[in-house]
Amino acid sequence: MQNTFRNTFDKYDWDTLEHDIYGFSEADVKSVLAKDKITLDDFKVLISPAATPFLEQMAQRSHELTKKRFGNTIQMYIPMYLSNECQNICTYCGFSMTNKIPRKTLSDAEILKEVAHIKSLGYDHILLVTGEANRTVGVSYLKHAIALIRKHFSNISIEVQPLDQEEYETLITEGLYAVLVYQETYHEATYKIHHPKGKKSNFNYRLDTPDRLGKAGIHKIGLGALFGLEDWRVDSFYTALHLKYLQKTYWKTKYSISFPRLRPHQGEVQPKVEMTDKDLVQLICAYRLLDEDVELSMSTRESETFRNHIIKLGITSISAESKTNPGGYAVEPQSLEQFEISDERSTDAIKDMIQSQGYEVVWKDWDRSYVNSNLE
Amino acid sequence: MKDTLQIADKTFTSRLFTGTGKFSNTSLMRDSILASESELVTVALKRVDIDNESDDMLVHLKENHINLLPNTSGVRTAKEAVFAAQLAREALKTNWVKLEIHPDPKYLLPDPIETLKAAEELVKLGFVVMPYIHADPVLCKRLEEVGVQCVMPLGAPIGSNKGLKTNDFLEIIIEQSNVPVIVDAGIGAPSHAAFAMELGADAVLVNTAIAVSQNPIAMGKAFKMAVEAGRMAYNAKLAPVKKHAEASSPLTSFLS
Repeated sequence: MQNTFRNTFDKYDWDTLEHDIYGFSEADVKSVLAKDKITLDDFKVLISPAATPFLEQMAQRSHELTKKRFGNTIQMYIPMYLSNECQNICTYCGFSMTNKIPRKTLSDAEILKEVAHIKSLGYDHILLVTGEANRTVGVSYLKHAIALIRKHFSNISIEVQPLDQEEYETLITEGLYAVLVYQETYHEATYKIHHPKGKKSNFNYRLDTPDRLGKAGIHKIGLGALFGLEDWRVDSFYTALHLKYLQKTYWKTKYSISFPRLRPHQGEVQPKVEMTDKDLVQLICAYRLLDEDVELSMSTRESETFRNHIIKLGITSISAESKTNPGGYAVEPQSLEQFEISDERSTDAIKDMIQSQGYEVVWKDWDRSYVNSNLE
Repeated sequence: MKDTLQIADKTFTSRLFTGTGKFSNTSLMRDSILASESELVTVALKRVDIDNESDDMLVHLKENHINLLPNTSGVRTAKEAVFAAQLAREALKTNWVKLEIHPDPKYLLPDPIETLKAAEELVKLGFVVMPYIHADPVLCKRLEEVGVQCVMPLGAPIGSNKGLKTNDFLEIIIEQSNVPVIVDAGIGAPSHAAFAMELGADAVLVNTAIAVSQNPIAMGKAFKMAVEAGRMAYNAKLAPVKKHAEASSPLTSFLS
């Protein structure tokens, strides 16, 4: 049998982890915080309720570690939605198949119109997003889209349906740098409830997607859980477990973590488990203490105040002015979004906010010749 | 559960591997190795007379619990190493090999490029390959990818007894490795061995420090105890040494 994350995953039990995480004491936290090297077991302690009173101490250390590794810089990126067609039912998502919304997939001309707008804002790293509609927005569409835009960007990432290893290899040859694929929740039963239909209902295929990416030799993999579906602490432990497994197995690949919290949207399900701002800060700091090198990414789902303060707490990349609808920047600004963003400030305003805190805003941190050196 | 070490098809109770060189005579060698309770002992192919079944060194190592680990010491290229390994397999009836390729006769530092080449080929030929290498984390991952069963990074130049000069890199190797990490070379005192085990090494290999001590038998035993203590401390998790200070300007006050 091929070794994938599923083998590691099976060694853990959700209820036991939950019991552990909610059972730590103040003394446990103190002893972890006194250590230089934080292990996965220590991470459990740092995301536990017992660690909440130590938040300031964790934040200071996260701040120092992030500065040591990344310097005073924040990377900027922007998402571009290519399509909202989707054959999945995800209870929490605005693009879910059964939602009666107008469906749209961008044409070449529309893609280039969006690109022109995004470039005018200053971006050089782009994240392409789609739903899952394999016939219309399959590998050939994605391949074509990457080829179409690659001369405009140094760095292209995607957040699309999970693909096979060979398909990823094709896209990498075309100029793809990174793939973001969130497990949503590592609770298998809850996952099934929220993904009842479509290809996405296959928990295992999604779980082993980062393995296929690692085997394909991708430069970066983005992980995360969608907070609100299940207990965020246990889901975050599994995410960290996934991260550590991947780092050890696919050691040439870089990793990033995102922290999407469920936001109000056009679907039926609202958050089951609340994650407060304080919780989110605790989690971000815990990740940094666990891993000095992992990239931590913050989207516009979060509020202005929160994003202003989070800059110093361990985050390394941030988006701004995001539109979560295909054509949202220039083609059809009024169409329906996947979810409502919270921080609606302009790119310039975010840039100023970052710079005023003594950080350099980084637009380009890669060169397209590294991923497609044999192309023009 | 017993804290044993598994490498390929063998299970070791002792995490101390030893060598056979530099002892003043073979019976002292045997007594020291017995005192160390080591279960894996390297033998330089160049030192044994493989055509002679009553070779003095081999005769002295005929104990049930002792596994012989032929090493390729003396070779300078991958090609020579593969040849030597095949000879050793024939002669000593084992497919285990400690791969050492040091073209430099002075410090005996391992050649990473030849080692990787030889390792890849030996794995394909069905050997259990234990490569002696510099404490180079990337090389360790490359070796892991070609299928070696463990890695043996050095603590300091072989025979130098200087201790773990490479400790920062050993820590990275231990953190990243999916195969056992055995610290080889440079361990000059039981305290060095204990330190390696506390860092999380799976085993250590010690030869010179035992062989050239005034009392090799006592030193063999001392190393045994040090390795056990270090391993026990690693499993028990060391108490923290450093306190992180709390800075004054708060980063989280916006939450309250």
